[in-house]
Amino acid sequence: MDQVPIFDVKGAVYSYNETGPPALDGVDLTVMPGEWVAVLGANGSGKSTLAKVCNALLVPAQGACFSLGLDTSDPGNAGAVRQGVALVFQNPDDQIVASVVEEDVAFGPENLGLPSGEIERRVDRALELVSLTDLRKRGSYSLSGGQKQRLALAGALALEPKALVLDESTSMLDPDGRRSFLGCLGELNRLGMTILQITHAVEDIMFSGRIVVLGAGRVLWDGRQHGFWDGKYREFGFSEPPELALYRELASRGLIDPLTAPRVDDMLEALCL
Amino acid sequence: MKFGNTSIGQFIPGESVIHLLDPRCKMIGTFVLLTALFMAGAPWDFVPWVFLLAAMPRLSRISMRAILRSGRPVLFLVMFTMLLNVFWTPGNEIARLGPLRITEEGIVSAFCMGVRLYFLVVFAAILMMTTSPMAFSDGLERILSPLARLGLPVSEMAMMMTIALRFIPTLFEETDRILKAQMSRGADFESGSMIKRARSFIPVLVPLFVLVFARAENLAVAMESRCYVPGGHRSRMRPLVWEARDTKAMSCMVAFAVFSFLWGMCLPKIASICLDML
Repeated sequence: MDQVPIFDVKGAVYSYNETGPPALDGVDLTVMPGEWVAVLGANGSGKSTLAKVCNALLVPAQGACFSLGLDTSDPGNAGAVRQGVALVFQNPDDQIVASVVEEDVAFGPENLGLPSGEIERRVDRALELVSLTDLRKRGSYSLSGGQKQRLALAGALALEPKALVLDESTSMLDPDGRRSFLGCLGELNRLGMTILQITHAVEDIMFSGRIVVLGAGRVLWDGRQHGFWDGKYREFGFSEPPELALYRELASRGLIDPLTAPRVDDMLEALCL
Repeated sequence: MKFGNTSIGQFIPGESVIHLLDPRCKMIGTFVLLTALFMAGAPWDFVPWVFLLAAMPRLSRISMRAILRSGRPVLFLVMFTMLLNVFWTPGNEIARLGPLRITEEGIVSAFCMGVRLYFLVVFAAILMMTTSPMAFSDGLERILSPLARLGLPVSEMAMMMTIALRFIPTLFEETDRILKAQMSRGADFESGSMIKRARSFIPVLVPLFVLVFARAENLAVAMESRCYVPGGHRSRMRPLVWEARDTKAMSCMVAFAVFSFLWGMCLPKIASICLDML
């Protein structure tokens, strides 16, 4: 049986105002269940707009977007789409609603009108997935940047979505916080979660299986990791991250298959870490 | 220069007796207590209140220092009110400063007004420090629920209050950040006349307003993406349940309010009887 794509964006066009260039200018993108797709692009390339279109927060003026098989232009589908496709934003301070960690995680399930036992179960699970169980009674304002971002992720996970859309969610984190956050996403992806990761940092895409490069509201390139690192990244003006140098070194020593994608997981395995 | 203190009046998570009470009990109880506090009209009327305040660190597991510090933001207002009372209350003149007269009644009135205002803020702060904004808004929503039948958007109002309380520390931090950024570019907020200093805050207020609006928009989008529908049905992870301990606590607060009222009424008579006996 054919699987229904998690996201099926067909020729989406979206403009914030009539005079300026469109933020999305005929984007086509299909993401299948379990995929981890990194959407890479410079500022103003339309990445965040695409994230909002996938979450039914914006409706394309032309073309269409089907999230979980549901047409996002139908207002009646908005609730089901937002429940099944959770969005995590760049700045965690903008999305934390409650002053206590567990209360904030419960905000989404409470909005769904779930029974209290079910909300508690979802909060427990979400906090466990992001390793914040010990801090559940803490004030959200007292958390570090990395912990706040993991709290925002827990708030999204408590909706028990099928897919996560991350809108530059690592850009405000320090290297440790970034690694821990990406590690957390890796674990979720292994559990079957579809991830659409919006970013402008090449070092963030090393965990993803597929890369989509966006520029001026259009898809410039869509392919697998090794295809991107095989010179394509230079074409789009990106520089080589240190992880890629490590990958090349491991491949030259025969510790990693040079034909596989340069994924961090494979490199860690090759280094026996 | 540091702008404000983000911990003043902010919720401090805990498991104390007061923390565990139903927010409705705490809110109604605080209202009853503050009403009784405003009936205190003489300096000795505040004696029971001093004892109540002394018991608060034990009941709330919040240090006395933090409790007393919560009244700091209104100290200027307290001092100003006291000064007005000292100079503008008619009565027996005991001193004169130019055209201003200091009266015996003025000093008593200033003391009572100052202590009353300070205690009002401190007890309200204890309520806020022991009640999470989410619990506070749940309690408020339930207390005001009869008004929802009249078409008042009670649940939206409660949510707005939760968000306002949640964002107080964030806005303090942002203001401090903008202040420091302006100071690093040579802005001076500490010297000059009152008017000059007030004017120097304009470059802080403009970016702060812009930031607040941007934050509000981002938060609205984030809340929408988390399935929040204004006026829609929301369940609760921990629905409010009025328990026996809430009834006991409410009884204690009402009893204290009645006692403090009677204390104020009877103490002068008891004192005069004692003096007569001596």
